Amino acid sequence: MAHAPEPDPAASDLGDERPKWDNKAQYLLSCIGFAVGLGNIWRFPYLCQTYGGGAFLIPYVIALVFEGIPIFHVELAIGQRLRKGSVGVWTAISPYLSGVGLGCVTLSFLISLYYNTIVAWVLWYLLNSFQHPLPWSSCPPDLNRTGFVEECQGSSAVSYFWYRQTLNITADIDDSGSIQWWLLICLAASWAVVYMCVIRGIETTGKVIYFTALFPYLVLTIFLIRGLTLPGATKGLIYLFTPNMHILQNPRVWLDAATQIFFSLSLAFGGHIAFASYNSPRNDCQKDAVVIALVNSMTSLYASIAVFSVLGFKATNDYEHCLDRNILSLINEFDFPEQSISRDDYPAVLMHLNATWPKRVAQLPLKACLLEDFLDKSASGPGLAFIIFTETVLHMPGAPVWAVLFFGMLFTLGLSTMFGTVEAVITPLLDVGVLPRWVPKEALTGHSGMLNTRLHKPG
Amino acid sequence: MLWLLFFLVTAIHAELCQPGAENAFKVRLSIRTALGDKAYAWDTNEEYLFKAMVAFSMRKVPNREATEISHVLLCNVTQRVSFWFVVTDPSKNHTLPAVEVQSAIRMNKNRINNAFFLNDQTLEFLKISSTLAPPMDPSVPIWIIVFGVIFCIVIVAIALLILSGIWQRRRKNKEPSEVDDAEDKCENMITIENGIPSDPLDMKGGHINDAFMTEDERLTPL
Repeated sequence: MAHAPEPDPAASDLGDERPKWDNKAQYLLSCIGFAVGLGNIWRFPYLCQTYGGGAFLIPYVIALVFEGIPIFHVELAIGQRLRKGSVGVWTAISPYLSGVGLGCVTLSFLISLYYNTIVAWVLWYLLNSFQHPLPWSSCPPDLNRTGFVEECQGSSAVSYFWYRQTLNITADIDDSGSIQWWLLICLAASWAVVYMCVIRGIETTGKVIYFTALFPYLVLTIFLIRGLTLPGATKGLIYLFTPNMHILQNPRVWLDAATQIFFSLSLAFGGHIAFASYNSPRNDCQKDAVVIALVNSMTSLYASIAVFSVLGFKATNDYEHCLDRNILSLINEFDFPEQSISRDDYPAVLMHLNATWPKRVAQLPLKACLLEDFLDKSASGPGLAFIIFTETVLHMPGAPVWAVLFFGMLFTLGLSTMFGTVEAVITPLLDVGVLPRWVPKEALTGHSGMLNTRLHKPG
Repeated sequence: MLWLLFFLVTAIHAELCQPGAENAFKVRLSIRTALGDKAYAWDTNEEYLFKAMVAFSMRKVPNREATEISHVLLCNVTQRVSFWFVVTDPSKNHTLPAVEVQSAIRMNKNRINNAFFLNDQTLEFLKISSTLAPPMDPSVPIWIIVFGVIFCIVIVAIALLILSGIWQRRRKNKEPSEVDDAEDKCENMITIENGIPSDPLDMKGGHINDAFMTEDERLTPL
């Protein structure tokens, strides 16, 4: 599209040039890194599986085409054309609408508070992955050393590590509890890393983004290959993608698809406006919008294949352990030779024993083992990462390596999203000129970071 | 007479060692689970070794140094492999109290496990819980070491970035002369109107147009 040359509004001030991206790749990777976050890993696969597998892709694609890409295009176009952050953009549209811009800044600030807490949790797990055996593999022994800690035995070693040794969770949400010093220093460290990468705006972000945006794809590929070779992976994938068309009649599905697209692309947070404002006005934002949105959705699908092949392995593993426990109970009770009942023979043997010794069988703690039940036990959000995945990793040979890779991937995903969120706060403040010119950019980012840390001490 | 005595002794022994008898313990071995292909068969020789290990454990208890292998009785050996055992006193009429046997086995569980190439999960004494190994507690938790390394790198990087930013700014402030040249260049810009370059009005005053003669030189000097 050819435009007649128009006087550029920003060229009037030659003294203070707006920073520019070094090249197009940095800009694209920054937007992709901002859009692709933890939600692609732990929200989309869960939605896909809950809402009828392959059938969920229909409302998802419709939402992408009619909601996601248009709004995204508008955001990129307006930021690129007006070359300001969210406050400047909304003020330029109408001075009465400047409050919307302020809303974007406040929103991004609040989001950065809780999002960085999740990154701090991921960092804590990452640091703890550098040991063998992994700390969540077994319960710690109690004071007498006669057994394991009671709380841990009641649930599982993985849950104990998450709820007690990491969060030290209180019994009630009203009880805010004490500060967990280990989480506090992890939070400070993750803010320090974010600060280091955002210290000079896109000059530093643009260099780091090559690593933080591409590393997750490398790890996802490794996990995909590893996951597909694990036993039971195909069962997980079939379960994930089996379409159930009737679920589309539930309006909740359409609502969740629209919500997922909105939050997955991080629309209207001001981050994309900020990134686009550093572009040249002649940039083709239409192509960019389509490319980035498609890459985001493809990443979600790619991640869900990797996640569900691993979850299929976990379900098969749990199912086999369940069967083995039952078989062991039978063998111990009736003193059969070891390994005399195979998993396939188990139903027949159980029926026979039930017929001959019903009382003895009844008092045994036998559980009903169904593979579908274990496949159903999916989770989304932190539960998927910190409980289910950590347990699955224990069963893979070379557990610490997989744990380091997985939490490293989550860390870089969280970081690249944090860059966009923090940039959405910093860019409008710089544009508005909150601070006099002689205060360097580094001080502004530093103060935002410290304010965040102080505001959000984990309890 | 001898046969009667023999039956009597066997009967007493049988009474002493019975499933669920007083002071009797059930033992369960899972040899195939522990050793797989290298599993050995459980026969009377292995039973003899077991009796020897139990007698050895009992001999370590004060006042029980006289325990012999024959004082340990095994019964109800199944294919699982599981069996019951009791330890009798030298008179072979009474069994030793369960508490003593328990503490003796607990103290020597490791030796007993090693004798059979098994561990606490595969050689189970059903009423005797084993002492767990102490957790491996390094003096400095590993995660703190990794954290220290990463944090130091980050702090150094931040310091370098801030310092290099300050140096760059100082270098920019030391070159004010360049600003004047920029002003000159602006004024000599050639604007393009209708595709034809044209000189703007010369804004820099004081240029001498050589076509005009100066006032001084009109009159030739005398």
